Amino acid sequence: MTDHGTLTEGPLVRADARLDRRRRFGSLFDAARSGRTGVHLPTLDVPPADPAALYGDAHRTEVAGEIEANEVDVVRHFTRLSQMNFAIDTALYSLGSCTMKHNPRINEEIARLAGFNDTHPYAPVHLSQGNLELMWRLEQALKALTGFARVTLQPSAGANGELTGALMIRAAHVKAGNPRKNVLVPDSAHGTNPATAHFAGYDVVELASNAHGTLDLAELASKLNEDVAALMITVPNTLGVFEERILDIAKMVHDKGAYLYLDGANFNAFVGKVRPADMGVDVMHMNLHKTFSTPHGGGGPGAGPVGVAPALVPFLPVPTIENDRGIFRFDVDRPDTIGKMRTFYGNFGVLVRALTYIVSYGNRIHEVAENAVLNANYIRKKLEPFYHLKYTAPSYHEVVFDDKKQAALGLHNIDVAKRLMDFGFHPPTMSFPLIVPGALMIEPTESEPREELDAFIDAMIAIAKECETAPEIVHGAPHTTPVRRLDEAGAAREASRPGSFAPVLRAPVR
Amino acid sequence: MSAYPDDRRYTRSHEWIRVDGDVATIGISDHAQKELGEIVFVELPDTGEIFDAGQEFGTIESVKAVSEVFLPVAGEILETNKVLADEPGAVNEDPHGDGWLVKIKLTSDAEVDALMTAVAYEKFVEEEAKA
Amino acid sequence: MRYIPNSPDERAALLAAVGASSVDDLFATVPRAVYHREAPPLPPPASEIEVRRDFGALAARDASLSEWTSFLGGGLYSHHSPAFVSQLLLRGEFLTAYTPYQPEVSQGTLTAVYEFQTHIALLTGQDIANASMYEGASAFVEAVLMAERLTKKKTKVVVSQGIHPEYLLCLRTYLANFPFTIVEIPLGEDGATDAAALAAAVDDATFAVALQSPNAFGVVESWDGLAAAAHAKNALAIGVVNEMFSLAVLQPPGARGVDIACGEAASFGVPPSFGGPLVGFLACRDAFKRQIPGRLVGKTVDADGSPAFCLTLSTREQHIRREKATSNICTNQGLFALAATMTLSALGKQGLRETAMQCLAKTEYLKAGVKSLTGPFSLAFSGKTFNEFALRCGPGVEAVLARAEEKKILAGVPFARLDPLGAGHRDLLLVAVTERVPRAGLDGLLDVLRSF
Repeated sequence: MTDHGTLTEGPLVRADARLDRRRRFGSLFDAARSGRTGVHLPTLDVPPADPAALYGDAHRTEVAGEIEANEVDVVRHFTRLSQMNFAIDTALYSLGSCTMKHNPRINEEIARLAGFNDTHPYAPVHLSQGNLELMWRLEQALKALTGFARVTLQPSAGANGELTGALMIRAAHVKAGNPRKNVLVPDSAHGTNPATAHFAGYDVVELASNAHGTLDLAELASKLNEDVAALMITVPNTLGVFEERILDIAKMVHDKGAYLYLDGANFNAFVGKVRPADMGVDVMHMNLHKTFSTPHGGGGPGAGPVGVAPALVPFLPVPTIENDRGIFRFDVDRPDTIGKMRTFYGNFGVLVRALTYIVSYGNRIHEVAENAVLNANYIRKKLEPFYHLKYTAPSYHEVVFDDKKQAALGLHNIDVAKRLMDFGFHPPTMSFPLIVPGALMIEPTESEPREELDAFIDAMIAIAKECETAPEIVHGAPHTTPVRRLDEAGAAREASRPGSFAPVLRAPVR
Repeated sequence: MSAYPDDRRYTRSHEWIRVDGDVATIGISDHAQKELGEIVFVELPDTGEIFDAGQEFGTIESVKAVSEVFLPVAGEILETNKVLADEPGAVNEDPHGDGWLVKIKLTSDAEVDALMTAVAYEKFVEEEAKA
Repeated sequence: MRYIPNSPDERAALLAAVGASSVDDLFATVPRAVYHREAPPLPPPASEIEVRRDFGALAARDASLSEWTSFLGGGLYSHHSPAFVSQLLLRGEFLTAYTPYQPEVSQGTLTAVYEFQTHIALLTGQDIANASMYEGASAFVEAVLMAERLTKKKTKVVVSQGIHPEYLLCLRTYLANFPFTIVEIPLGEDGATDAAALAAAVDDATFAVALQSPNAFGVVESWDGLAAAAHAKNALAIGVVNEMFSLAVLQPPGARGVDIACGEAASFGVPPSFGGPLVGFLACRDAFKRQIPGRLVGKTVDADGSPAFCLTLSTREQHIRREKATSNICTNQGLFALAATMTLSALGKQGLRETAMQCLAKTEYLKAGVKSLTGPFSLAFSGKTFNEFALRCGPGVEAVLARAEEKKILAGVPFARLDPLGAGHRDLLLVAVTERVPRAGLDGLLDVLRSF
């Protein structure tokens, strides 16, 4: 029996939350069910085994606490869950730096072909020629777009690509006789950059940005010496600003025998317009889930191929894929390789989607960058009167406002962000760049039509006005989402407490 | 009359230190806890560990930030505030009292006097806000 | 282009609105020497009709497991995935969302991740699990690095040679620049790790000891022995699992004293997809949660007091702690952690057990068949197995594969594929059996072997 409690008197427009099936949800582990199952296997056609006799005291008789649910229960549960997510398919997803662009459905169809999706990485190579050729073709396409000598497709995501690049740089320095000590990282960098440098065995030296938010060449010169293994930069940087002096920067770095690493997270701003190798970049990872439209999937999977200049080719992870006049093979015979970053060859299914996307655009792929930059500039132009812009250098694919004007009224970037949800949009990025306190980093991407941009702009302007006229509404937002603002501090406190794991970090065993 | 207790000294990194014989108690200022927001976790050293003046001895975490805390003077850790493991919010509620962090055995007396008084610290905080 | 909605006229209007006379104006700060006005060197755009034709032809050149009888495993096992899983994964609300930084509009993803954490914790017998790692090998590396952080100032990790060779190669790659020693322990005659050698190798400098079970040769290892060897010297025990169905019939690492469990969970509804994307996992004791890498979802309440989920303990992560973070991982395997969660929900307690029992029974049937052969084949090891075993091939592995191929059978994985840079075990074929293979398939493989 459900405890209906005391229901509100009178006619109900909105059903009581406890009775509204659309609002009564929780973990599938919450409900008591027994004896149900959601799969049906063929009748066992060989003699049954006796695990108790076989394994003795290592035998396990059941996974206690596991769910007992039917397919109906499960399909409904996950369908309801999906309805509580915001997604690109819903509306403009302004989360800066994440390049939330449309995910074409032909990519999904192609990746699900049995000849790709249901193939095993250890199948004989002569029975995997389609897969190998696909990877080889993707490498050629990425080489054409970047100008690099080779591209490894192995890294599992952007951060894994960064580490692959950093390990190759270190291997090259070791081979030259001195691994060196430091990696230079601008203070505007994404958090993965310093974390990566650390895991490659380097100390991080931070570079203060100049008044334009770009690299300060005097600062760079003062910290660049023979101990520096590499400079890791992002172009355009996390402010959406292009490093105008990139060619000078590359020369300064190379003059000290260091390598120039480019974080390709923002490749969407210049794909097809500029080849990074032409700028003097030695290594760059590409986030296929950003620039090349593979779905973000609620937090992955991504793929982080890494392009390298000729000097770093010997250090690529194994295997590489080679084309011997139409016969494709894996090459593991590479004595200077850094080794392997993961099992098998990479997030193949993501690679399939990315090549589908590149082939679909072909030689018009530069229109991606052009329209991404145009859309961001349009938003900047329209919102500049309403939101403070700390750095006013020209914007590329994203624009980073801050909450200076709203803070004067007692409201912050988080309030603006949460209120934006009530208007049906996903909030901008707020957690970085660290050099812009109260950041509102907006990246519309090329796949937003004009009316969607206008609707977003109108919502942002309306919120700016609400901050003046109805601050309590903004402060209490969101009001119309499946749940209200969460007690995240409570979660962190409770999760930090020793022994608190259930039910904070997992469901308890019933 | 200062907003900060005048029975102790303060640092530019916003810790306070109160001396009682050769034992000193250390915490963070009310200003510091306000800047951090809701504190969710406090990591403190083991007793017996020895630190130099200005050395990091622990971290204080809010939901989306981590701050290091630095020992105002050199010393050996005698005791840590066990209450904070279950109730890190005590630092928010009573930063100058129940929300203390560690007690140390002083290895040198002279250093404490060089730190800011309550009045000087209040002025320092005001100037920092203007900058 | 079909994915850029604005028409040329609309673009012109936007350009006018921003005060630019051409697109080139927007790129004015790019050094002219590297700025390309001409189209990139790629073929013209392909229509969906052409894409289907072109990629369809490529896919047709690969051996799909739906058309072949497959005994391929070697760390990646092809199990049944309920039909609804691939269909629900296509819902745009799951597919086209990102990391749930904003919990008010991400309860779907967050609830599912909380369930994933629960499933992995229950299966491995651990207190907690994270929101996923990339795949098994990097999860193993993360577990080793985590153990190092948890034990102060130690420098040595002891690993069994029964761990998947690619996992060990990844460990050497990632640890190359740390001052740590990796000591490898060989296998005994039965195919399990030499317990005495393992215990002897662990000393006061050791921070972690790691085993895989079932190991890379299919042999079931002893978690008890691992935990005892590690704890004798205050090191942490790491248990690697890459066939998660084994945990429905074998005691989980967490129940036998193993401190950190890690590995590959792709067996649960994740398509093999030529080896990726998969879904790694890492689970451990509650006491270690502040050193766990990657994302964690926690349960809390909203402003109305309703239960809700959010990312938590985020201060461990790179976006806050930067170079002091527990890992540099950011994007993980969200969608495939969801696939595993959906599959586990449908399988449930009964389905897990039944699937594991079928795998075990079919494997024992095949092993019995091999033992009854009079030809040049034998089981390489005497140790107990779950759903994979190493077959010693007198005629050579390649000859067996070729003859099986004529019958549209993928007979197994040459051990050399797992360890291409190594030299050992060149006559071993790893044969894996799942519920997807009917008895006729098992008999088909035995017929191939009988023909030698």
